Amino acid sequence: MTFMRSILGAAATLALVAGTAAADPAIIFDLGGKFDKSFNESAYTGAKRWAEANGGEFREIEMQSEAQREQALRRLAEAGSNPIVMTGFAFGNVLGEVAPDYPDTSFAIIDAVVEQPNVRSVVFSEHEGSYLVGMLAAKASASGTVGFIGGMDIPLIRKFACGYAEGVLAVNPDATVLSNMTGTTPAAWNDPVKGSELTKAQIAQGADVIYAAAGGTGVGVLQAAADADSVLSIGVDSNQNHLHPGKVLTSMVKRVDNAVEKAFNDGPGFETGVMVMGLANDGVGFALDDNNAELVSDEMAAEVNAAAEKIASGELSVHDYYSDNACPHLQF
Amino acid sequence: MDVMPKWADVVLVPLISLLLAFAISALVILGIGKDPVEAVKLMVTGAFGSTYGWGYTLFYATNFIFTGLAFAVASHASLFNIGSEGQATLGGLGVALVCLALPWPHWALALPAAMIGGALFGAAWAFLPAWLQAKRGSHIVITTIMFNFIGAAVLNYMLVNVLRPEGSQDPASANFPPGTNLPTLHEILGVFGIPFSKAAPVNVSFLIALLACVLVWLLIWRTRFGFELRAFGKSESAAVYAGISPARIIIVAMLISGGLSGLMAINNVMGEAERLVLNSVEGAGFIGIAVALMGRNHPVGVALAALLFGFLYQGGAELALWMSIPRELIVVIQGLVILFTGALDNMVRMPIEKLFLAMRRSAKAGE
Repeated sequence: MTFMRSILGAAATLALVAGTAAADPAIIFDLGGKFDKSFNESAYTGAKRWAEANGGEFREIEMQSEAQREQALRRLAEAGSNPIVMTGFAFGNVLGEVAPDYPDTSFAIIDAVVEQPNVRSVVFSEHEGSYLVGMLAAKASASGTVGFIGGMDIPLIRKFACGYAEGVLAVNPDATVLSNMTGTTPAAWNDPVKGSELTKAQIAQGADVIYAAAGGTGVGVLQAAADADSVLSIGVDSNQNHLHPGKVLTSMVKRVDNAVEKAFNDGPGFETGVMVMGLANDGVGFALDDNNAELVSDEMAAEVNAAAEKIASGELSVHDYYSDNACPHLQF
Repeated sequence: MDVMPKWADVVLVPLISLLLAFAISALVILGIGKDPVEAVKLMVTGAFGSTYGWGYTLFYATNFIFTGLAFAVASHASLFNIGSEGQATLGGLGVALVCLALPWPHWALALPAAMIGGALFGAAWAFLPAWLQAKRGSHIVITTIMFNFIGAAVLNYMLVNVLRPEGSQDPASANFPPGTNLPTLHEILGVFGIPFSKAAPVNVSFLIALLACVLVWLLIWRTRFGFELRAFGKSESAAVYAGISPARIIIVAMLISGGLSGLMAINNVMGEAERLVLNSVEGAGFIGIAVALMGRNHPVGVALAALLFGFLYQGGAELALWMSIPRELIVVIQGLVILFTGALDNMVRMPIEKLFLAMRRSAKAGE
């Protein structure tokens, strides 16, 4: 009995300690893994930046399997983490069920819309950023054939592909856009070997600029393009120009890091609802740095920047795949 | 006559194996510069320190009881069913199809139907390997493990192409109708006024798992078929001489085994996720092998070993979260437990047997 009591006592103390340590923010990374050099890593960068700026700490979990999502989310909420940010559309359904159970916890989800009073849904205008890198791809291509390699075949990735194709065709209406998806399950976010095989296949069909929107799979795409002669690649989400300097034309940056940092900064009880991050509020864009300065001429950059301003001001509109689940520029 | 008294066989040997596994795990944790005492405390409080922890521990244990029983039944017939993973995957498909087929008015109606669906699909997935073993002599280990891969591919195809709702990006089925949601332990205990965590997924399937333990015990030790099963497992030629048909035993044993694996889906698919997702089995099929080995293929042992592995799963998850011990290390600890309790059983058993022999000899000499 005394033994039992001491165990219960220890548990109670631990619960108290956990209680005082609470209110740290937390982030959950989806299946691509924290260090995918792309989507999840961008989120990690934002969280780390917040921690360095504020001297705070945050909790993190990496998903290993689809079935763990709900437990991970509940465990963080039970432990008092607040706010909780999760990366990836796949959390949408789970969050919709979990969020009402923890009305005092603020949740933020990236790439999906969840209609709950305590959820902030962050969505990006990927089609706009992809349009810009599509323009660059068409200008850099000598063969007139460019490629797109997606991760998992979902509407979100088709949105990338469609914007990209529109950008390419805006510069060169006769261009050919090749498109391949890595797979149909979340495993496709982390399959660099297959990414590299698809890249080689597209190169064999004449593509000389290849855009990867595939999370960790993109590492293989960029590698295969760098290994081939006079083939350029385009990175995604994070700035991936540094991975193969002089071989990566540019990166379509999606400022997941900003979204995460903002959620952490806003803290518990932040403003909820849908938050759209596009060209107008620097949510997406293309990366220019020392690593690709020689690949992107001033004239190319100026032209793309002009298009970016037109899109931001609403003068030019890029087709959004979500609007009608169809793409006028590309067959899937 | 047995070398050791029964208590030494069923309690002492597993316990020492377990302690050895934990000792080496502690060294590994020490090796990466963390405090093993704190780690153990964290695992214990994480798994048993709250009703939330208990809820998850029992949820995992429920999965392991089903797969452990599945392995044990086949094992009594000397069949090594390594295909629980695939059978449970297909069981999940069966449960999902049943749950989505009708607008179920109440879980009490949906549960028996889903159990039949899960068990049928699981058993069907075990039938072909069983038939190949019985009629063609294809080794059951090879065929069942191959069927795991085929099962994963079938689920993948069904979720991506058939069950995924229109417009959804996630390869998962639609949510099951509310009438199929099983009562959780929170609701069951709430009737008696006992508070229990609302968030934990443990549900009425846990009671069904315990019932399954009793039924399997009755089947194996109290029925004619159970006798034939054990006779066949001990010696095939003697069984044939006694007029027992090997093909019948192999196929029926595997059907029961596959059915039990498939039943697991009422816990993880119907009880917890309330929709079908990829990888919903999460390795429980393989853990079931370790659970059955550790539980000496006896339902009581299986239930206790399942609780231990439930603790390892839930405690390990807490460890990964609060001590920033990488997840891979949790797998190492679980692996060590499996290694010592399952594979290296004789390493502990033989010295202990020798000890008991020596003790008996000296006792005889003293007479």
